[in-house]
Parts: sequence; C-alpha cells; structure tokens
Amino acid sequence: MALLGRIARSTEVYLVGVLLVLSVVLFLLNPKFATLENIFDVLRNNSFLGIVALGELVVLISGGIDVSFTAIATVAQYVMGVLITRYAIESVFLAFLIPIPIGIALGAFNAFLVNRTRVHPVIITISNLNVFYGLLMVISKGKWIYGFPAPFRDFARLKVLTLVSEKGVDYGLSIFTVVWFLVAVVTWLMLRYLPIGRKVYALGGNSEAARRAGFDIFRIQLFVYCYIGFLSGLAGFVHAELNQMIQPNAIVGRELDVLAAAILGGASVFGGAGSPLGVVLGVLFIAFIKNGLILMKASAYWHQVIMGFIIVLAATLSAYQQNLERKRRKGV
Amino acid sequence: MSGETPVLRLAHITKRYGGVVALRDVEFSVLPGEVHGLVGENGSGKSTLVKIATGVVQPEEGEIFIEGQKISRLTPYLAFKRGIHVVHQDLSLFPNLSVAENIFAHEYIERHRSFVAWKDMERRALEVLGRLGVELDPQEIVGRLSFADQQLVAICRAIASSAKLVILDEPTSSLTFREVQRLFGFIRELKAQGIAFVFISHRLDEVLEISDVVTVLRDGVKVGTFPKGELTKAKLSFLMTGKEITAESLVTDLPEAREILRVEHLTRRGEYADVSFTLHQGEILGLIGPRGSGRTEVALTIFGLRPPDSGKIFLEGKEVVFRSNRDAIRHGIGYVPENRLLQGLVLDQPVADNIAVTILNELVSRSGFLHPARKIAVAERAIRDFGIKAPAADAPVRSLSGGNQQKVVLSRWILTAPKILILDTPTHGVDVAAKESIYEMALGLARDRGIGILFISDEEHEVLKVCHRILVMREGRIVREYRPSEVTEEALRQEIVG
Amino acid sequence: MKRPRGRRETQSLILAVVVVFLLVLLGILTKGRLLAPDSLQSIAFQLPLLGILTLAQMTPMLTGGIDLSIIATANLCGVVAAIAMTRGNVPPLGAMVFGLAMALSFGVFKGLLIAWVSVPAIIATLGFMIFIRGVSLVLTKGYVIAGFPGSFLFLGNGTLFGIPMPFVVFFLCAVFLFVLLARTRFGTYVYLLGSNPVATLFAGVNNGLVLFATYLLSSFLAGVAGLVMIARFNAAQADYGEYYLLLTVLACVLGGVDPAGGFGRIPGVVVSIAVLQVVATGFNLLGLSSHLASALWGLILLGVIAINRMIGGVET
Repeated sequence: MALLGRIARSTEVYLVGVLLVLSVVLFLLNPKFATLENIFDVLRNNSFLGIVALGELVVLISGGIDVSFTAIATVAQYVMGVLITRYAIESVFLAFLIPIPIGIALGAFNAFLVNRTRVHPVIITISNLNVFYGLLMVISKGKWIYGFPAPFRDFARLKVLTLVSEKGVDYGLSIFTVVWFLVAVVTWLMLRYLPIGRKVYALGGNSEAARRAGFDIFRIQLFVYCYIGFLSGLAGFVHAELNQMIQPNAIVGRELDVLAAAILGGASVFGGAGSPLGVVLGVLFIAFIKNGLILMKASAYWHQVIMGFIIVLAATLSAYQQNLERKRRKGV
Repeated sequence: MSGETPVLRLAHITKRYGGVVALRDVEFSVLPGEVHGLVGENGSGKSTLVKIATGVVQPEEGEIFIEGQKISRLTPYLAFKRGIHVVHQDLSLFPNLSVAENIFAHEYIERHRSFVAWKDMERRALEVLGRLGVELDPQEIVGRLSFADQQLVAICRAIASSAKLVILDEPTSSLTFREVQRLFGFIRELKAQGIAFVFISHRLDEVLEISDVVTVLRDGVKVGTFPKGELTKAKLSFLMTGKEITAESLVTDLPEAREILRVEHLTRRGEYADVSFTLHQGEILGLIGPRGSGRTEVALTIFGLRPPDSGKIFLEGKEVVFRSNRDAIRHGIGYVPENRLLQGLVLDQPVADNIAVTILNELVSRSGFLHPARKIAVAERAIRDFGIKAPAADAPVRSLSGGNQQKVVLSRWILTAPKILILDTPTHGVDVAAKESIYEMALGLARDRGIGILFISDEEHEVLKVCHRILVMREGRIVREYRPSEVTEEALRQEIVG
Repeated sequence: MKRPRGRRETQSLILAVVVVFLLVLLGILTKGRLLAPDSLQSIAFQLPLLGILTLAQMTPMLTGGIDLSIIATANLCGVVAAIAMTRGNVPPLGAMVFGLAMALSFGVFKGLLIAWVSVPAIIATLGFMIFIRGVSLVLTKGYVIAGFPGSFLFLGNGTLFGIPMPFVVFFLCAVFLFVLLARTRFGTYVYLLGSNPVATLFAGVNNGLVLFATYLLSSFLAGVAGLVMIARFNAAQADYGEYYLLLTVLACVLGGVDPAGGFGRIPGVVVSIAVLQVVATGFNLLGLSSHLASALWGLILLGVIAINRMIGGVET
C-alpha cells in the first residue's frame, strides 16, 4: 500500500501521463507523428541530448551543477575529429576511445576546482566553459572538420532492427538510440546498486551529514564530474557521427536545454532527487514537442514560443502540485 | 549498571580557544549501561566536552580512555569505530534516503561492498528496529517521517554500528510528551542491553527522570557528578547557575480589566477544536500543553497565518477575520515564533535589520527614503532598553547568544506597540539567567503597557510564575483553567498528561 | 554558510588590487594605448551594456533567485521599439515606452509565477527566456531591424559633457538601484528575504510583493539595456548577446553577490563590471580574438577565486 502511494506520488508517473497525452495530441494533429519511422528518427536525433542529460542528472543529484559539458563535448569531439582525419583512422572503435579520456580529464579539472575552492559549481563550470571553449576556438580557429573515413559513415547508419518504409527506404532503431538507452540503464544501475551512487544521493540530500558521517566528499565530487565528463565525451562522439562533421560552435549554447530536460524530469536544483527514467522522459517530452512542431510545419520561430510556453506551464503545474502537498503536510 | 571499566573516560581535560578557557581540568566518565545526564548553561563547556569525546577537537591537556584503553589522538573516525556516537539536535540524517539506508549509511564507507543489497539491508533494518520494538517501514523516505520517528532512526543508526556510548544532544526539544516517554522507553531498553548514554538537556525534569547520575558544568569547570537520588530540580538549577531561582509567582493581581481578545469555538480540523477563551488588557494568560496539543496552531490562527475552519475572533469586542498575518499585525497582534532560528531570525543579517523589520514604515523620511542610520538608532535604543548583549547594532544576529537573540525577536514586536503579544515557548534553549530576564520583560510589558500576553509554554513552573491565569490544552482542546494560586506544579503536570 | 564581515571587505580589497594590477599589466602590454582617451571612451561606451544587464540580474540574485530571461527581455524591448520606430513611425520616446511596456508585461507574468505560485526562479525564467526569444523571432522573422532616427541614436552614441550617453544611463541605473537597495524599505526586505524568507514571512513582510517587484525590476532594467543596445548598434535582433547571460551572473558573484541570497552591494558589483570590461577592452586592443578573451577571463576569475582562497578563504 505504501508502495502504491509512493508510485502515485512520483514525478515519473506524472511525466508518463503527460507524455501519453502529448503523444495523443500530436498524433491527432498529424498522424505521421506516430509512425515508427518518425519515432525512431526523433530518438536518433535526440540521443546526444539524452546522453548528456543523464550525466547532468548525476551532478544535480549530488547537489552540484555543470554547465561546461557542452564545451567538454566539443573539445573531445574536436580532438577526435582532428586525429581521425589527419591520421586516416579507419577503426571506429579506436576513434570512440579518444573523446572519453578527454571528457574525464576535463571533468576532473572541474571537480578539483569545485572541491578546493569551495566556490559554487555554477561559477566554476561557467568559467571552465569559457576556458575550454575559448581555447579550443583559438587553437582550431573555428575550422570545421568533415570528410570522415568511410567506416564512420557506415557506423552512423547502423541500426538495430531494420524495417522498410513504403517508399522503400530503410529505417530502424538507430545504434545511437541504443547507446542512449544503454547509458540510461547503466546510470540507473549505478545510482541504485553501487555504493558510490547512494553516496551521490546522500551528499545531495544533506552535505553536512555526509561530511559528519565521514564520506569522502572529494571522491564523490570527482566521480560525478568525471561521470558527466565521460558522458560528454561519449555524446561528442555521437554528435560527430550524427552530423558526419564537427562544427566547433554547434554544441555550445544548448546548456539550458539539457538543464530543462533534467529538471522537468524530476531532478531538483537543490540536490538529492531525480532519476534516470525521469530524465529520459524529460528529454522525450522536449523532443516530442519539437518534433510535433516540425511536423506541423510550424515556422521555426514559433518553436521557441511553444517550447518556452510548455516549460513555463509544466513548471507552474509542478509548483502548484508541490504547493498543495506542502499545505497538506504540517507547517505554514 | 555493570562493570567497573568506564566506556569513556576523560581525565584532566583542559581546552583553550585562544585566550578563553572552555574547559578546565574536567573529569568525566561514563559506565556501561549508564545514563549520564550532562547539564550546564550555554557557554558552560558542554558542547566542547562532546566535541572532545567524539574527536572533533583536541584538548590541550588531559587524556582520553575508551574502554580502559588510552587513545593518544582521537579522531571522529576513531571515536566512531570505538563505539562513541552522537545524535545531534539536527539528527544529521539524509532526508531523501530510506530508513534502512540511513541506518546503514556508514557501511557505504566501511564495508567496501560491490553492490547495494537492498533486501538484505531492509531485513537487517527491521532487526534493529525490532530491538526497540518499533514498527517503521524500512523503505520509507526519512524526510516524510515525523521528527520523533526520525530521531528514532538516528538512534537505530548508532545501534547498527555497534555503539557503546550514545550522546544525545538536546533530544527532546521537538518532541511531544508522549514521544519523550517513548524515547525514554527506548533508552531504558538499550541500557539493559549494555549501551551507555549521555543525556544533554536544558529540561531538568527530564534529566532527573532518565539519568542515573548527572554531571554539572559551570563556566568550563565541573561542579560535580551526583547520583539522581541526591538531586532536586532546584538544587540542580542552583548548581548550574550559583543562584537561587525562586519559583514563586511574580504576578500581582489584576484589577478588573477590559477584554482585549476573545475567541469563540475555534476549530481547525486535525489541529484543535472548540477553543474559547478571553484575554484581558495587561493580563498574562498561560497556554500550556505538550507540543502537538494545538497550542501553537491556535496561536498561528490568532496571528492570521492559519484561518480556522469555524469559530470567531473578537478584538476589543469587534469581530475580525484575518486573511494574512499582515492583517493581524495591523490590528496590533505580534507573535514571537516557536522556532527562533528558522522562523524568528534572519541569522546572517544585522541585529538592526532584525529588530527594525516590523516598523520600517515608521522609519521612513517624508520623501519615502529609509536611511540605515535610523535602523541602527532604533536598534541601539532597543538594545539599551531591553538589555540585549550585542557586539554592535550591525553585527549579524547569529553572533548573539540564544537569550539575546530571543530578546531581539521580542523587541521587534514591542516596537510595533501591539495590543496583544503571543509568546510561543519564548524561553526554549535559553539559559536560566536569560529566562528570568525574559519573564521580567513580559511582566513589565503587561503591567506598564497594558499589553495582553498569550504565553505559550510547556514548562509548568514557568506558567505558574509568570501568568495570571493558566489554560491547559490537551489534544486540541482546552481542558482546564487555573489560577496559579489554585494549583501545584505536580497537579498541573498531571492535568497536562491526562 | 558563515560570512564574517571581515572577509567580504577583504574580497573587495582583492578586487581593487586585481583591477589595478590588470590595468597596469594591460597598459604595459598595449604600450599605453589602454589608458588613452579613446580607449577609455570605448570602455565607457561598451561597459554600460554589460553593466545595466548585470544590474538587472542583481536583485533577483539577492533574493536567492536568478533571472535567466534578461537578455531575451532586453532583445524583445529593443525589437519592439525598433519595429515601432521603423514600421510604425512612432517617435523615439513613444517607441521606448512601447518597448519597456512589453518588457514589463512579461515581467508581470514572471513575477506572478515566481512570487505567488512559487515556481522556482531558475525554471520559470528559463521558460520565459525561451518564450520571449521566440516572440522576438516571430516579430523579426530572424531579420535584423535597422535604421533608427538620429535623435534616438544619440542615446547610444552621443555624449553628455564628454561622457558617453550609455555610460550616463548606466550611471543613473546604478544610482537608482543603489538608492533602492540601500535607502528604501524594499531594499531591506530584499536582503532579509534573500537570507531567510520564512522569518520575513513571520515578521509580516509581504514576501510575494517583494519577489514580484524584484522580477518587475529586473525586467525593467533589462528593457533599458535593450534600448541602449539598439541605439548603440543602430540595429535590433532577436538573439543578440546570449553569451552575456552567464557574464552577468559572473559579474554579480565576483562583485560579492551570494547566489544563495542576502548579500551583495552595488559598489562591489560596479567594480567587478569595470574589471571585466577593462579586461575585455584590453584584450581587444591586443588584438585577441573574442574567444581567447573569454577563455582568459575565465582563467582570471578562477585566479581571483584561488587567491581569495589562499588568503584565508571567502566561502561563496
């Protein structure tokens, strides 16, 4: 009974409900929305956002925040791009290994500064965003990288489960979507079953208690910032593959999209709460809306208006619901 | 009580902070299975003693023995491993984690397990809870529990990590009477299992009820350790302060006075029912009852923060309906909140702002500007008039002692020239000397300014001393009315417990 | 969080030292050009934009919140005024009123949601940022609107007794905000509320009204910034200056504003705006790309923080 109560109260259930309603509305507006082809496409195009949002979730749960991940992803993917084009690396796997340690290293730099200076992570990561991105742009002179070796193009086309559309075009569940969901599952397992995951929640729930209990705060912070660093590197790879080119200014600027997805999905800016499922749903929510707008051939400008309106509406309803719950419990 | 080797022994401990001696040559021992009360005013050295016992700070002189073994340098981790635990006033729990996780949180550091075994952890949590005979859902999120249940989880956490000594720091200030008794039941149960306790509290009744022996600290020096049988509350108070505190009533009889506040049949579901009483000009009306009996809830309703479901409020004979506390304030009602730190004060802001906040409209010049100097002037006058000890009017109010902080809150309301003042447990966490000062302030306000005071308290001797009339509340209702001359402290306590 | 007064004063002192040091260093590197009258003039023209926007961000941060929509609001105000002047042939004064009115009406909604529905500021202003940007995009269809009457351009390019107009406007805004925060009841309420909103509620402060006014204020100042901006560039567009947003937060924090609320004064913030702008102009003179510049002052901020820490710690 208590379990049912807990389920009913959860943000995830609320989001699933909203998502279902949204899907129905979008389907009614344009039946093309509900075709598998379209859904697979949406999932594919949002896997970058999805992967990085999971990393941000972990940082948010710990009570911190990271806005430098776009720069980390860009640096990581850029180095990879330079290496694979200059040295004509044919192995996708080898290329995939390049951005990961870069992401982790930059994440560690974030963690080190956050811990040693005791300054709010917003400030530290904003500064690092500028440092990483600025230096990259100076060194790269903003040059685009394209013309990847053939194996990369082939990899990008990989699908799990291929179907043929009526027009004779292949479509299917992209490998990148699979990667995204895999990351979601791994993140969930980590947060739920590994001690480090529980310590992340603990730190976000009550940092003073964590300190008193003897938790190694630095270790936990190192973990979360390296985790998002790792995922940023991975997402950088995915982004490069999806676009088959690297534009240094493509990713930076979308920090708030990721934050919005994470917060809509139940992560609290104060820490201690949030789940991978919620974040996946949050990303899907934003993705579906964007897709719906495209299908309705809404002018690109209206995208922003609708997106903003939806976020405000969702946040208002959520705040309203929290108000009610707070009034029910004791206290002014 | 068994065994001769103390679980913890602090010998000849001296601790200095700069030029100030916090503890001087203090000797403190706790035997296994003993409940050892620790009392002393604010600044007596209690918290320093606890910090030394748990390895948070190092003494300049002295030695520490745990179970007879000398520890050359005690660290928090070492203290923890050797079984010395503290349950702080704020409990130090993780509100977003489950009961089971909180109980076994230490294992995340120690046991180097690869995976979290949820079922196993929940089963073991049930075992620990079982040792106390308590039923709590191990999966319940701690933040959703009542404070008393949370405290229970904190104690279970200590037990689960094989505590030999549990230090309880002001454990009862947020508990109802029943919850306190339940806590004492647990303490006795665990005591029988050989666990020792240090019970730190300002509530001398409770200290005397639960402790086997009591150590009194005063100004960093140990006054003595006394077995329970030798102590009375009065004696304890005297040992703590060196002063005789009389419990005689301080009020003079009230001549027939005007009614200033009348409530009729106030009801709010789940909080209080059918509450009716009258308050007169210049009268101090006591409202006593344990936490949860509805006394604060009634006060919040009169103050306009919680509308009643039914019933009426009359101010000087005229019916009023408050839509917010701003309405109530405009009508001349002031409220000194129960939780001074959270609800009463803005700790990091200056004393001046904390005092002047209620009367900023009066300090504004004709052109509508508010010069900081006026806030300071008002504050300095208040500091003088009410005997507040503060380093400066613009010092953060955090730097004041509890008693002086309370006076800051009081003065902000006095400045509004209220007709009615509601004091909600105003002497909570305030040391004995400052308590007397607050009583005098209240009496002075009633006598000299004709303010009607609703004095909410959970200490019998207090209301007997300071009030003209006393209302007893139990489970949301007013059950009895007394004049102080009509009832003894014992009888009053009986009525409250019911 | 403990905040001994001495440390905050030390931080101001450190900032002052950094300013002097940077001025000297950049002065040397630019072979004195940095301190030449036309550089100083350039600074005086550019600083106000960052300055007014930072001032707009300050009050929300003092209450423990944040306003992510100030740039979008500034742009919208500029766009509306621009459209009024170019297509509507409305005289500049009227156009400015239109622009500010637009900014304020969105401010009203923002304020309502944050003050009385208790939507967390970060998410409410995030939503509004996107929404307002969208409105501007719809209005401009992505184009830049240009060609304003000369009388209006004076606001962005003229001088008053040798002082650039934008700087005059910034100065007026700074004085206005200073008076508001340090010499009115509202100011006292803002600091108290930012530090402990529960206590202010009990003390009878109308928390909702204070928060509402806060976001109205940020919207208004953002609108003013937008007008100065389009007057300076003789052009309005929907998404100019997005990178400024993080800069405003940075400038506030560097200037002593605690993101958790309750602390921060105008003088400190003004100094930090000056520091950032001097550095930016210095970099410009040295011919550094804007990217290198932003990387560098990221490093500068980190450096200042590190120094603060070493001198015995400012806990932010």
